[in-house]
Amino acid sequence: MQTPAPNAAPEPAVAEALFEARGLTKVYPMGEVEVRALRGVDLDLFAGEFVVILGPSGSGKSTLLNILGGLDVPTSGRVRFREHDLSAADEQQLTAFRREHVGFVFQFYNLISGLTARENVALVADIALDPLAPQAALDLVGLESRADHYPSQLSGGEQQRVAIARAIVKRPDVLLCDEPTGALDVKTGILVLEALASINRDLRTLTVVITHNATIANMADRVIHLSDGQISSLERNERKLPPRELVW
Amino acid sequence: MRTLNRLLLSDLARMWGQALAICAVLACGVATYTMSATTIRSLEFTYARYYRDYRFADVFVALERAPNRLAARLRGIPGVAAVETRVVRDVILDIPGMREPASCRLVSIPADADSSLNAVHLRVGRLPQPDRRGEVLASEMFAEAHGLRPGDTVTVIMGGRQEELQIVGIGISPEYIYAVQPGQLLPDDRHFGILWMPYRQMAAAFNMEGAFNDAALALRPHASTLDVIARVDGLTRSYGGLGAYTRDDQVSHRRVADEISQLRGMAFVSPTVFLSVAAFLFHLVFSRIVHRRQEEIATLRAFGYRPLEIGTHFLKLLLIMISVGFLLGATAGWYLAGWLVALYGRFFRFPALYDVVAWDGMLIALGLSLLVGLAGGAAAIRQAMRLPPAVAMRPEAPPRYHATLVERLGLTPFLSTVSVMVLRRLERNLRGTLSSVSGMALGVALLVLGSFMEDTINFVIDVQFQQAQRQDVTVTFRETLSPRAQHDVRHLPGVIAVESFRAVPIRLTHGQHSRRVSLMGLAPRPQLFRVLDKRVRPVTIVAGGMTVSEKLAELLGARRGDLLEVTLLEGRRSRHLVPIVEIFRDYTNPGVYMQRQELHRLLREADCLSGAFLQVDPSQLDQFHARLKQTPAAAGVTLKRAALRSFQATIAENLRPMRWMNAAFASIIAFGVIYNCALISLAERSRDLATLRVLGFTRQEVAAVMLGELAVITLAALPLGLPLGYFLSYLATLALDTETHRFPLVVSRATFAYSAVVILAAAGVSASVVRRMIDRLDLIAVLKVKE
Ligand SMILES: Nc1ncnc2c1ncn2[C@@H]1O[C@H](COP(=O)(O)OP(=O)(O)O)[C@@H](O)[C@H]1O
Ligand SMILES: [Mg+2]
Repeated sequence: MQTPAPNAAPEPAVAEALFEARGLTKVYPMGEVEVRALRGVDLDLFAGEFVVILGPSGSGKSTLLNILGGLDVPTSGRVRFREHDLSAADEQQLTAFRREHVGFVFQFYNLISGLTARENVALVADIALDPLAPQAALDLVGLESRADHYPSQLSGGEQQRVAIARAIVKRPDVLLCDEPTGALDVKTGILVLEALASINRDLRTLTVVITHNATIANMADRVIHLSDGQISSLERNERKLPPRELVW
Repeated sequence: MRTLNRLLLSDLARMWGQALAICAVLACGVATYTMSATTIRSLEFTYARYYRDYRFADVFVALERAPNRLAARLRGIPGVAAVETRVVRDVILDIPGMREPASCRLVSIPADADSSLNAVHLRVGRLPQPDRRGEVLASEMFAEAHGLRPGDTVTVIMGGRQEELQIVGIGISPEYIYAVQPGQLLPDDRHFGILWMPYRQMAAAFNMEGAFNDAALALRPHASTLDVIARVDGLTRSYGGLGAYTRDDQVSHRRVADEISQLRGMAFVSPTVFLSVAAFLFHLVFSRIVHRRQEEIATLRAFGYRPLEIGTHFLKLLLIMISVGFLLGATAGWYLAGWLVALYGRFFRFPALYDVVAWDGMLIALGLSLLVGLAGGAAAIRQAMRLPPAVAMRPEAPPRYHATLVERLGLTPFLSTVSVMVLRRLERNLRGTLSSVSGMALGVALLVLGSFMEDTINFVIDVQFQQAQRQDVTVTFRETLSPRAQHDVRHLPGVIAVESFRAVPIRLTHGQHSRRVSLMGLAPRPQLFRVLDKRVRPVTIVAGGMTVSEKLAELLGARRGDLLEVTLLEGRRSRHLVPIVEIFRDYTNPGVYMQRQELHRLLREADCLSGAFLQVDPSQLDQFHARLKQTPAAAGVTLKRAALRSFQATIAENLRPMRWMNAAFASIIAFGVIYNCALISLAERSRDLATLRVLGFTRQEVAAVMLGELAVITLAALPLGLPLGYFLSYLATLALDTETHRFPLVVSRATFAYSAVVILAAAGVSASVVRRMIDRLDLIAVLKVKE
């Protein structure tokens, strides 16, 4: 652990490295052939950052995010969240890790169709140690008036904002978003990104957003480029753009 | 957790139709089981209380004539608590307005009738006065059959002369809960009944003063029945005792006990079918739910819900459905038991019917419900708990495509696109298809099971009343008569043919086994009263031993060639070793036959006769009946046609409600299976179907895709279900096999057709429900929401 990571962040010295990944690989056996989704990824992520992971489809973005979020474990390499070694954790420990620290936002929202917006949020608040009030979380994403609607009564953008409220209601240490605007048009996509930006700003939650849309990278503190299972480059934005100034 | 419970309700609301269909099937299983259990418990309680309150005796003995002082010696036998002596006579009755004669048993009642054994329970009227001549009490079923009321009179031939008897009351007795004429299969209340008469009057009429010819004994608890019987036999031997016997050989008790044991048998078969179908439906529905909810489950897991919490959620869903099914079933079972007990109350008369809930039966049913639900749902719940959370992150992989049989056989060009869609899906979802087919098949089988009894009984009726018994009338004699009597009988008006018989009560013993039966002496090749084997061929009564029914041989553990000990319970009461020379299979009372001449030799008697079978010219029936009513020698008359009619009426009254109940239950199964399959298939394909509609297919065309699938499942279930039903019916005949009845397995084509039609109708109803759902398919919603 002596050698500093090549992508160590030149953030203010006070910043705490929440995630520390070293030499991550992931191999999916597919019958005869193997799919090497990650081929040695080293990465540190810091509290309060807004990070965008960019890369073409199939480059391993989701695989990386799943490992960071404790949904999956690497084939080799190590990943540490604070003092927890996620690569050595069993399913029970990973569940506890997700339960206490992680908020997810999925490309297809994954709301429970039988529950209202508020109930979808409450579902996660129920198992959190120190949650926000579900209504407060909905207020944060600007959906205070739609709390009692069912997912089928909401537009895609509204559904995704409910999903964000659900992800942040537990006050997670990290918010992991896999192509959160992938299924949305530009206008609603920007609304969703604004919700993410304001949460990152107000709650200081480490936010990781996966996208293959390069424009979105402009709102990040840091941009990680992934290609073919490896980090090809890593850059820091001098100036973050607010989402409403993004154009694509 | 609270929100997860909220989800539970919303899950239930989303699938209430399916949930209810499963609950209904489970409820049928619980209902049939608890119905039987509660009916059995109620009947047992009812008759036990009746026996206790009216002091039903434990040991019975009939004899020729004994002085009353013998009673004291019977009472002195160790273990005997009470003795009741009486005079019992079978006589012929002339009932006003009835052309043919009826038979009845006159039974004496003591002066202190209220405290006697086998006490009569008075329903209406009063007890006859001991010193009033000609007053009697009539048995309720007999009185009902003739509309007799207190004040009415009947004419009997008593002691050689006709006498008018006035009915002063109507009653029932624990001794005759089931009053069947000796030699008959089922009671015929029009032609056989019981009349109770004060002892003093009976003794006077039959020249039995200071004497008795029948005794009933109550035993102390823990008394040795065998010892008592041996001593009673010893004491009654010199008075023409016919051998003491216990409740087990008492006709009425035997029938009640057999009925309960048949109920017990049926308590097993139907619930097993229902519960297996319920388990299958639980499996089907829960697998589909988990499959359809995998994304939701994975999302919950991604947010940190533990596998146990997920499992608990589905377990709660399962438990709610089990509880609803159980509660519905237990309520229905309780209600049906009340109905069934009341139905029994029409055949078996009790002072009061008690509805006793079999709580242990309920508990067992609850246990079975849990077992069935958990067995059915366990795999799916386990799958839900094991679902990796990463599933939430990726869109569902398209199902792997492979050529189906339809394509490999190259049939596609010959079929419409709709047919190809139907067949492809059925094959892709082969496991689902097969399980739906088996569920439906069980429904079909249940219908066959519920209806085959009528076929079987019709077969027995045909064999018994048309082919075996070709006589029109059976006359039994009050005492054995000389062949001269046969001569007299032959000269009754209209008699075409006569065949006489000799019947003797005997005890048959083989090793440990022993049975009290009636040994019939017949001609070697009887023409009127024939003994038939299972192929309905006449059995020749072989010389040199006994011809025995298979059932009796089984009960005695005997085979052809075995030597059996025969104790004659009449006359000399001697013992003989007689071989079994032939065993045949029959479906009525276990019987044993011998050539009449051989029986006479065994009895060391000349040609004494117990009765005769007659063939009578129908045009002279009226004169025949009129003369028979005045024949003192006749103790009983059985008219075949009347017996047949009564038999059929009883069967109809008994079986029809059962059949309806079974049809209803089987339809619930069929509906439950088809409806569930349809809903699942609809849920999985609503996108495809909506797309078809958007592309311009009509509702009919789209419905054809779904309904075609249901049709294939239903049609495939029939050839499986019908043989399965045959097999279940076979199991039922085993369950119904009692000492007094053995049923052949006969299932008619009509029953198969009926089962098929009911299932098709149930499938049709489900199809119309599905059809309506397809019509209501919200095209935009379906296409917009990603499932
Ligand atoms: N469960 C899996 N089984 C097999 N291969 C997988 C699995 N998940 C991802 N892959 C493969 O790993 C590679 C990276 O996938 P992924 O991380 O989803 O890429 P991205 O999210 O950047 O599009 C792809 O080639 C993909 O096909
Ligand atoms: Mg991806």
